[in-house]
Amino acid sequence: MIYLQLFISYLKIGFFGFGGGYAMLSLIQNEIVEQRGWITASEFADIIAVSQITPGPIAINSATYIGYTIGGIAGSAVATFAVCLPALTIMLLLTRFFLLLKSNRYVSGAVAGMKPVVVGMIAAAALLLMFPQSADEANFIDGWSWALFALTLLGAYKKVNPILLILFSAVAGIVVYM
Amino acid sequence: MIWQLFISFFRIGLFTFGGGYAMIPLIEREVIDRRGWVAREEFLELLTIAQSAPGPISLNTSVFVGYKVRGLLGAVAAILGVVIPSFVVILIVAIFFANIRHNEVVDAAFKAMRPAVVALIVAPVIGLAGTLNLWLVAVAALVAVAVWWLGWSPIYLLLAGAAAGIAWSVWSARKEGRG
Repeated sequence: MIYLQLFISYLKIGFFGFGGGYAMLSLIQNEIVEQRGWITASEFADIIAVSQITPGPIAINSATYIGYTIGGIAGSAVATFAVCLPALTIMLLLTRFFLLLKSNRYVSGAVAGMKPVVVGMIAAAALLLMFPQSADEANFIDGWSWALFALTLLGAYKKVNPILLILFSAVAGIVVYM
Repeated sequence: MIWQLFISFFRIGLFTFGGGYAMIPLIEREVIDRRGWVAREEFLELLTIAQSAPGPISLNTSVFVGYKVRGLLGAVAAILGVVIPSFVVILIVAIFFANIRHNEVVDAAFKAMRPAVVALIVAPVIGLAGTLNLWLVAVAALVAVAVWWLGWSPIYLLLAGAAAGIAWSVWSARKEGRG
């Protein structure tokens, strides 16, 4: 039963994963944290952090990680397979009928219409991590949190490698919180 | 050829951290310059499609390159190549993370990594909002509030956005036809 739920949840995430990794965070958050309640907001932030410093797209990483947390190795395989399935089938169809779609008015209209939604979804993912529903899931716990947030934002703006930014904050955390 | 596809994409999957757009230059180098599997022009055209299709961009790109080179089997080989490194690494992390999660040092590091992660998500929002006009920024803000505050599912909002986009393009095409 848990495997079927995992499969359906990640199939949905894969199917509606327009706008790439960060936009998919919002889908994952809505499905896994809010609706299913499988993990907390802090655990979700931890998974994103791990995902930033390991290879591969965040959608795959989160599927593997959450799948394992909920259903062991089989669960991780089910979730990873489910999140890949829509990409595989849809891209096969698109590659095959590429020329028909290239200048299709409906397709380009739909893509343009989804763009502001995708931007809003990424913003929502960030807001939910900043202000989770219950206080004990807080990711911003003191002034240091906001300082690290500001520093990392500046670093990202200056195009510093995200792995370095995450590792820097890890070291800062060990210094500050130990 | 199938094996070659798998190995090439395995390498791409293994060496791209942070995912997504970081992978594109690596894929370009491997499949265009090194292997000559796809012409650059065709690659760029298909990349546009891969960006508008659902799913991670690296996955979508691996599917179309694999398909172009060796059909359905090629697509499956390429997607497996991209997924397996990340699957194995995360599985190992997940297995060991449960044991070290309550370690004092790990806990301190993660406390600090969480706000940093949020900053990495906020950064592209600012960049993307810059490409939208004022009306669309307002739409994006409404979507953010609906998902964040009201807990609406992003799926319905995506569908509504697609429908509105189609209606808009049909409407403006009709207006053009009349004028």
